[in-house]
This record gives sequence, C-alpha cells and structure tokens, in this order.
Amino acid sequence: MTATLHIDWTRCDGRGLCAELLSGVLVRDDWGYPVARGRQGPERTDVPVRPDDLEAAREAVSLCPRLALSLRDAASGDSQRRR
Amino acid sequence: MNPVSGELRQASPPHAQPVSRLLAAGPEAEYARHADTFGHLDPDAAAPGLLNLLEASGLTGRGGAAFATWRKAVATSQSAQKRLVPVRPVVIANGAEGEPLSFKDRTLLAHAPHLVLDGLLAVARAVAAAQVYLYAPAASIPGAQRALAEHPGGRRIQVVASPDTFISGEASAVVNNIATGSAIPLDKRRRLSDTGLKGRPTLVLNVETLAHVALIARFGADWFRAAGTPQDPGTRLVSVSGRGPGRDVVLEVPGGALLTDVLQSAGMDPATLSAVLVGGYHGRWVRPAAHVLAPNGPVGQVVRPGAGVIHALADGQCGLQATAGIVTYLAGQSARQCGPCMFGLPAMAGVLNRIAAGEQDPRLPGDLDRLANLVTGRGACHHPDGTVQLIGSALEVFSGDVRSHLAGRCSAVGIWAP
Ligand code: SF4
Ligand code: SF4
Repeated sequence: MTATLHIDWTRCDGRGLCAELLSGVLVRDDWGYPVARGRQGPERTDVPVRPDDLEAAREAVSLCPRLALSLRDAASGDSQRRR
Repeated sequence: MNPVSGELRQASPPHAQPVSRLLAAGPEAEYARHADTFGHLDPDAAAPGLLNLLEASGLTGRGGAAFATWRKAVATSQSAQKRLVPVRPVVIANGAEGEPLSFKDRTLLAHAPHLVLDGLLAVARAVAAAQVYLYAPAASIPGAQRALAEHPGGRRIQVVASPDTFISGEASAVVNNIATGSAIPLDKRRRLSDTGLKGRPTLVLNVETLAHVALIARFGADWFRAAGTPQDPGTRLVSVSGRGPGRDVVLEVPGGALLTDVLQSAGMDPATLSAVLVGGYHGRWVRPAAHVLAPNGPVGQVVRPGAGVIHALADGQCGLQATAGIVTYLAGQSARQCGPCMFGLPAMAGVLNRIAAGEQDPRLPGDLDRLANLVTGRGACHHPDGTVQLIGSALEVFSGDVRSHLAGRCSAVGIWAP
C-alpha cells in the first residue's frame, strides 16, 4: 500500500523546506506553500508517496519546523508524527 | 410547497404539489401545538431502531454536504465503542447559517424548534451521547431558549452561540468554537466521528436534518419516501431570494424538484431570469432551465442544492460583477490559517474584479484558471474548493459576458470608455 503524506494547512507557513527535501513529490506555489506534483483534489492534502520517496518523506516530517507534516501508512492507518 | 416568509403564507403554488411537513404546526409552534400536530416523541422509545430507520429512509444531511445521516451516526457510535476505554459521544445540532443567502435554518428554528429538539434528543439517545449541544446564531437563541424551557428533554441540551461568519457552520469549526470559542476549521487528519469535542467521537448534524429525523422516528421511512424520488427521498427546505427585497421565501420542496417549479412557487417567472445561483456562495450559477435539484446526478441535468440556497440574478445585474462581489466577500471570510486559501482567494477575487470592471486584458481568464487550479484541494476545509466551483460556473454561464467585458462592453451596465 502507498503511504500518504498529510499536509496540515493550518500549521504550514510556506517556507518550503519540504519541497526542497521532496523535490520529486512537492513543488512550491506562488506563495511558497507546497503543491503535490501532478495531483488533484484530496491527493493534494493527503499526498500519495511512492516507496522510493518514503525516506525523504520521513525526513521532511521530522524537519518541518511547523510540525505540519505527518506520514500515514495506508495499510495500517498508523501515522507518524513528531509530537 | 409551503412558502414561509416573515409570516407563513398558505398560497398554493402553481406548478408543484404543496408539501408541508416540517412547518405543519404553523408559525412559531409552542410545545402544545407541536405535540398536537405531530404527537409526543419519547427519545428512549425512538432510539433502539432509529439508525436502521434512518438508513431505510435515505435521509441525507441538509446542511450542504448531503452525506447519509445514518452513516455519520453509525460511524460515531462505532468509534465510541471501538476505544480501549469506551467514551460516550457528543451530538451537536448545527443551526449556524453563515451563508448570507440562507435563512431556512433560522426560519425552521423560529417556527418548528421542537422538531429539531426531538430529533436531536432521539439521535443523542441512539448513539448514547454524553453531551448534547444546540449551536445557533445569537438571533435564534432567545427563541431556542424558550423552546428548551418548554421541551420535556430541554434540560439535557446546552446552547452555544455561533458567530455570524461564513465558515462558522463548518463541522470542525463548530466543534472548535464549542471547545475554544474560535469558530475556525480544524485540520482533517482525524475525523470528528473519531475524535471531536474534547476528544470524544462527535456527530454534527444540521438542524433541518434533525427535524426530518424527528418525523422519520414518528412516521417511518416509507412515509418519508412518499415525497421526493428514490434517489433523493423526502423534502428539503430552500431559501429562495433575488429580485429585490421582500421576496425572500422559504419553501419546502420534494427531493428531485425542478428548479423552474421552485422558482415559480417563489413567485418568479423563470423565463425572465438570466441566471440562478444554486447551492449558495459555494454553489453554481446555472441558467434557469429544467434542472433537477438533487445532491447527485449528471452535471447539466442535476444541480446540487447544497444547503438549499436559490438566488436569482436581478434584472439588469451583471453576473460577473455579482460573482466578483461574492468572491471578494469569500476571500475576506477565509479563516486566514491555510496559505493557499489566505493568498489564493484574494488573488482570484482581484482578477475577477478586474474582469468585472472591464479591464481589457485577454490574459485575465487564463490567470483566473491557473489560480483556481492552484488552490483546489489545498485547505483544511472546503472553502477554497467551494469558491473555485462558484468561479468556474460563473465563467461558464457568463462566458458571453466575459468576452464582452474583454472587448469593453457589458450587457448589464453598458459600454465603458473605449
Ligand atoms: S516544511 Fe512544513 S511549514 Fe515548511 S512549507 Fe513544508 S509543510 Fe509547510
Ligand atoms: S481553507 Fe481557508 S477557510 Fe478553510 S480553514 Fe483554511 S484558511 Fe480557513
């Protein structure tokens, strides 16, 4: 099962660290906030992450200065969050 | 259809079967008249089979999202039981009506508060709720307090005032406001049915939805389905407005009603209207053709009623200017906590205002498209997506006006300086 990276928009301040760490998955919008590449609708808030990107996604979760990111393993529904 | 304005009007509309379920007890029904009309409902007796009855009835939420009511209730009660230490849920009747064109919920609370309370108490009993709330705008609270004082189960219910902001009725904003006094939406990583108010599984239901529950609990699913269509059973309240003040009216219409019938019932001639906004500020503009008002179905034939807002564009009003005004308002109503909403909505309002004002820059529609595509799916609530839907429908329905504006003309306002 693909994991998903959840973006909590109420926390994110758009400095864009995640887009640097996960450049294959996220780009920055006009204001700096992350946009999921090639995704539409709800997949822009719960972004599917391929196994290859998982390591970088974990890093983004732990380095996001606003604790805005969490990773959810779709199979188990567990989520990892630095809190 | 039973029109209700400031006073209840009983005139039979021309092209529709009159329906009067929710408001059958008449204006400002006190408990005695309510019980005379509908009979008394004992929540303890109603609760055991209630969720099955709701499933059989096909009742969907009347607050906008049209989600199956029984599913929400079952999810809440299951997640309460699933916990290691079971926690009893919270049930909230949502009467916040931040949508400026909506007035059916406050009309319902004014005229049939006891149906709402009956439904609330029955659902609360069915999911074994620990706490029960009524969340309503300040203007509805004195009437609600009077009803609570009369109602046999009224003491169980706590009343919380909703602020008059557009977003105050969003389910997580409701929970947030009751918990912290701040009516702004929460991140949706966790579902309210799992952890809502103070971590309890929480069920938020629109007040009209609860009034239908109260009737279904009494008269059954088949009775409910006797109005409407198999896909959209029962009735719904709609707030119909437009064409100057004094014509605003609340109608109770069967599921799957034709938009043109509803407009006629409200005293408007669809043939004279250029466009109708259906579903409110997060809804869509449509031409007043024979659209079916229903939560599901093919676009083009069906238009979603959302929270039941139907607003006719006034004669001589420019649809683009009307939409620009709405989007400017919506941008101001962003809770300003999610970047794409906080920056994207004002940006879209800016471009739309330039088109509406007749700025002759052919790149403007493309800019608007790009911004709309950028903000969708990127907020803690539906506000960005709802706003984009409204703009998309305006660009479609008023496409001729967009071309005229870009060429320096407006069919409503006339010709700008070349
Ligand atoms: S690193 Fe965190 S705060 Fe920064 S843009 Fe990404 S999600 Fe937002
Ligand atoms: S999307 Fe907009 S309105 Fe909704 S919570 Fe975020 S900032 Fe507030």
